[in-house]
Amino acid sequence: MVMEVDYTVCMHCGACVGSCPLNAMFLHETRLEFLENCNSCGICEKVCPVGAITGSGRVEG
Amino acid sequence: MEKFDVVIVGGGPAGTLTGWHAARAGASVLILEKRQEVGSPIRCGEGLDKRGIEKIGLTPSKKWIAHEVKGAHIIAPNGMKLKLTEGQAGNEVGYVVNRDVFDKEMAKLAIDAGAQLRVKTSVVELLRKDGKVNGVRTKFMGKIKDIEAGIVVGADGYESQIGRWAGIDTNLKPKDMFSCFQYHMVNIDIDPDYNDFYLGSCAPGGYAWMFVKGPDEANVGLGVQGTKLHKRGDVKRILDDFVKSVPGLAKGKAISHIAGAISACAPLDCVTADGILLIGDAARMIDPITGGGIINAGLAAKPAGEVAAEAVAVGDTSKEFLQKYEKGWRALIENKLWRNYMAKEKVTTFSDDTFNKIIEAIKDADMSQISSLELFKAVQAKYPELVKDFEDLLM
Ligand SMILES: Cc1cc2nc3c(=O)[nH]c(=O)nc-3n(C[C@H](O)[C@H](O)[C@H](O)COP(=O)(O)OP(=O)(O)OC[C@H]3O[C@@H](n4cnc5c(N)ncnc54)[C@H](O)[C@@H]3O)c2cc1C
Repeated sequence: MVMEVDYTVCMHCGACVGSCPLNAMFLHETRLEFLENCNSCGICEKVCPVGAITGSGRVEG
Repeated sequence: MEKFDVVIVGGGPAGTLTGWHAARAGASVLILEKRQEVGSPIRCGEGLDKRGIEKIGLTPSKKWIAHEVKGAHIIAPNGMKLKLTEGQAGNEVGYVVNRDVFDKEMAKLAIDAGAQLRVKTSVVELLRKDGKVNGVRTKFMGKIKDIEAGIVVGADGYESQIGRWAGIDTNLKPKDMFSCFQYHMVNIDIDPDYNDFYLGSCAPGGYAWMFVKGPDEANVGLGVQGTKLHKRGDVKRILDDFVKSVPGLAKGKAISHIAGAISACAPLDCVTADGILLIGDAARMIDPITGGGIINAGLAAKPAGEVAAEAVAVGDTSKEFLQKYEKGWRALIENKLWRNYMAKEKVTTFSDDTFNKIIEAIKDADMSQISSLELFKAVQAKYPELVKDFEDLLM
């Protein structure tokens, strides 16, 4: 698992969760959990409106 | 084990209004909301059309109406403004609400009708018996608790996980996802009688909006299509550039930041399975052109709540029985979802030049008594090539 969340940036809006093609994330109110089936596709990283997610290696900063 | 006829996951408008209808139909109802407060933080532009409110059976209330507008401006990339009165603008125009208050009032409606609501309670898993959904596993303050359900309602919003756990396909293609960011701004110079909508490359694939909340305050935000996002944090950056580019807004200050996403997809083939039905954003019921989802959720809530209550009462919560709900919500909103989805597929490909031409063509038309059909005709007369792909939508 390589995806990381910067909680000083994350607004817990769930945009990433609903966009995940593998349903591999869960939002615990204010904390994101990446599940084992995450394949680091990077969609969450792109969709996050504020850029709180990193780690797929596929999205520029 | 604790047991309810109808267990609803999500305390947004889809969940609470479904709970309201199910409770009124005589079912025991439990609504579960993972956040500690219903309606907060807000994830919405807060625009609601007046007729929509009536259609979903609500009485407008001063408690949740922040402001009323007379119409909308549609603003082309070159700055040309098209003025629409309330009747012409249709959807999303009329009221601008306080969603945090609105959502709590909807929760109160459900509770007054007999429903129970628990906040800070996450649904973390679905329970099954013989392959059929028959309850939920919840987590409240670190403690796991199972609750049995006659039927489960997935009203968990854009996240839409409950349905996917039950094997219902609610996955979105990137072209159908719109990532949004918004500021609640104060100290801005605006015409408070009009909500403004900006088309074109200021919000790639989507649009920028200004929903007025008072004489000098508004929700200023935008949505960008998933396929047009490239760098991390693009959406906030694009909004910051937009705000700087609009003279009346640039000097304003944000008192709140709002993030979220909406779907703009074709209506789903199926939003039910044995023992479960989906509604609202979870069922991808957002209007693909406007991005509004509250009224559609409220419309679908009546068949959802009533069919859920009936299914439990007659002891048949099979997918076959729940076709009654599928028929009910589709009769209310499916045609428009399809039409606006087809329109969205086209509009998201328009260049700034195309938007400029369309607004210019419509601007010259007689706007006094114009319908959307007349608008299309006006564009067609001037730029037939622009509306060629739209012709079938006019039928
Ligand atoms: C930026 C933005 C602007 C918008 N502007 C407008 C607008 O102007 N007009 C309009 O009509 N619509 C607008 N929308 C869309 C509108 O906000 C939604 O359509 C509406 O909120 C849908 O209601 P819902 O109940 O389906 O989902 P939500 O309101 O999202 O509610 C879902 C609830 O479920 C909870 N939940 C999720 N998972 C779980 C779980 N596992 N356990 C327990 N609880 C859970 C969530 O915490 C949430 O409270 C906008 C959306 C965005 C993002």
